[in-house]
Amino acid sequence: MTAKTVRVAAGQGFWGDWLEAPVRQVKGGPIDYLMMDYLAEVTMSIMQKQKSRDPRYGYARDFVPLMERILPDIAAKGIKVTSNAGGVNPRACAEAVREVARKLGLSAKVKIGLVSGDDILPRLDELLAKGHELRDLDTGRLLTDVRDKVLSANAYLGMAPMVEALRRGAQVVITGRVTDTGLTLGPLFHEFGWDVNDWDKVAAGTVAGHIIECGAQSSGGNLLKNWRKVKGLENPGFPIAEASADGTFIVTKHPNTGGVVNVASVTEQLVYEMGDPHTYITPDGVADFTSIQLAQAGKDRVRVSGIRGREKTDKLKVSIAYFYGYKAVGTLVYSWPEAYEKAKAADRILRARLKDLGLEFEQILTEFVGVDSTHGPLAGPADPEAPEVQLRVGVRSKDKAAVERFTREIAPLVLTGPPSVTGFAGGRPEVQEVVAYWPALIDRTEIEPFVQVEVLDA
Amino acid sequence: MPDARKSRGGAAPATRLLQLRYLAHARSGDKGDTANVGLVALEPEYYPLLVKEVTLARVTRHFKGMVKGVERFELPNLKALNFLLHGALDGGGTISLKTDAQGKVYSTALLRMEIPVPVALARRLAPRS
Repeated sequence: MTAKTVRVAAGQGFWGDWLEAPVRQVKGGPIDYLMMDYLAEVTMSIMQKQKSRDPRYGYARDFVPLMERILPDIAAKGIKVTSNAGGVNPRACAEAVREVARKLGLSAKVKIGLVSGDDILPRLDELLAKGHELRDLDTGRLLTDVRDKVLSANAYLGMAPMVEALRRGAQVVITGRVTDTGLTLGPLFHEFGWDVNDWDKVAAGTVAGHIIECGAQSSGGNLLKNWRKVKGLENPGFPIAEASADGTFIVTKHPNTGGVVNVASVTEQLVYEMGDPHTYITPDGVADFTSIQLAQAGKDRVRVSGIRGREKTDKLKVSIAYFYGYKAVGTLVYSWPEAYEKAKAADRILRARLKDLGLEFEQILTEFVGVDSTHGPLAGPADPEAPEVQLRVGVRSKDKAAVERFTREIAPLVLTGPPSVTGFAGGRPEVQEVVAYWPALIDRTEIEPFVQVEVLDA
Repeated sequence: MPDARKSRGGAAPATRLLQLRYLAHARSGDKGDTANVGLVALEPEYYPLLVKEVTLARVTRHFKGMVKGVERFELPNLKALNFLLHGALDGGGTISLKTDAQGKVYSTALLRMEIPVPVALARRLAPRS
């Protein structure tokens, strides 16, 4: 008898990822769980804005038609789905998926689980009054500085409610701000019955979650090492963690898919967004990334083992988004000869005009795409024979009118500035609202009693 | 490329400056206004050279004027170094006006850095440079 393995497959690495991926994960070979991560730092605020306009919204709406495509296979094969697509309105998301299941005649078969309680926006003043400062982890500022501008506030939940929903028989579990890694940890702890205080197992599941949470970024997408040799990205195989009860796992992908799973592809994903590698903190425990051992274990199979962890902290991270101001970015393209000189001259003229108009900006940033926009001074001097250079000017201000006026100062440069200019077909730049991110910590005891797990009626 | 012959006790092998792109691959990401660069040895045997030569001081000098502070961590298990580049993203996240507001290609900016490499190895890795 072979030992039990649990296959957790990544379906989406972010809101906007390749829509075919979850379908191919479900159809392309055996999997037990499909994990779909939708939430980045400021995603919650976008969803909060949508919810304030219409109380039926506030979640990743493309999740619903996607579920409609894959539900028949999921029901037939018994695949379970874990996703934080619920955003700031997991109930509406779960109900929309239930409607789809009803339409397909599957609502009796596929139970929908719902995890909520991460949203602390309604409790924010109460929490501040109780003395929780919710200081910005990066700057140390008090939340009271921006309290009136806060748009969303959510605690990062761990795996516990996910495990509970699965235990109650949910086949599709839809959550709010459950951590990316929790979407993988939950299935593993549910399946293997691991002790939630077994910190090495928590760390192992966390690392598995981290490796697959960005989708194809661990299976050949965005891979720098030997990038020309990565074949078949027309049909990238998204990663699958094939876990064993001892806490080791294999990272792999379905056969007949493109991309590659090797030590390099997994390593690049492991170091992505890494902080102190000894201390990768999640709500469920602390993982030590310096303990991870990788070994190639066959074609497109990497064995991951040796992972050690430490006890969870008594705090949970809170993701707060607040309204900051406005920004806009304008671009023009200048052509050879002396492309860079022309672009620089245009920038000087533009800045002088903005100054003459008396417009107030927090910042005006000029970049020359093709010269310095990604590597700054490290790129060295501009090539005097460059065929073209793009002038890219961004402004940011609390004053919307100033940003709006800036957007009207780009086009005039075409006929009133340096020659050989083009690339303005896109029209006037758009004024964008800036919603800023405010990370904070809060005592676990303020959040966990409010977490709710439900399984919806058919 | 310039010669960087060093005589350590008179017997040290001659070295030549070589860009990290020949010795390592890298990926970067962001957390707020901090970018990270994970620098991974292309072959395990290059890792000791990275540990020795890609120092905190050198990386700080490399990014001078672009970042406000650097931290360095070693991951011998992954044959990797991790650098945190604080204040690298002009405010970071949605506030930043930069093309690379999320620090996605700081990784390749580090690969421009030159370190002294034994001449024989440098010749093998970059015969024409």
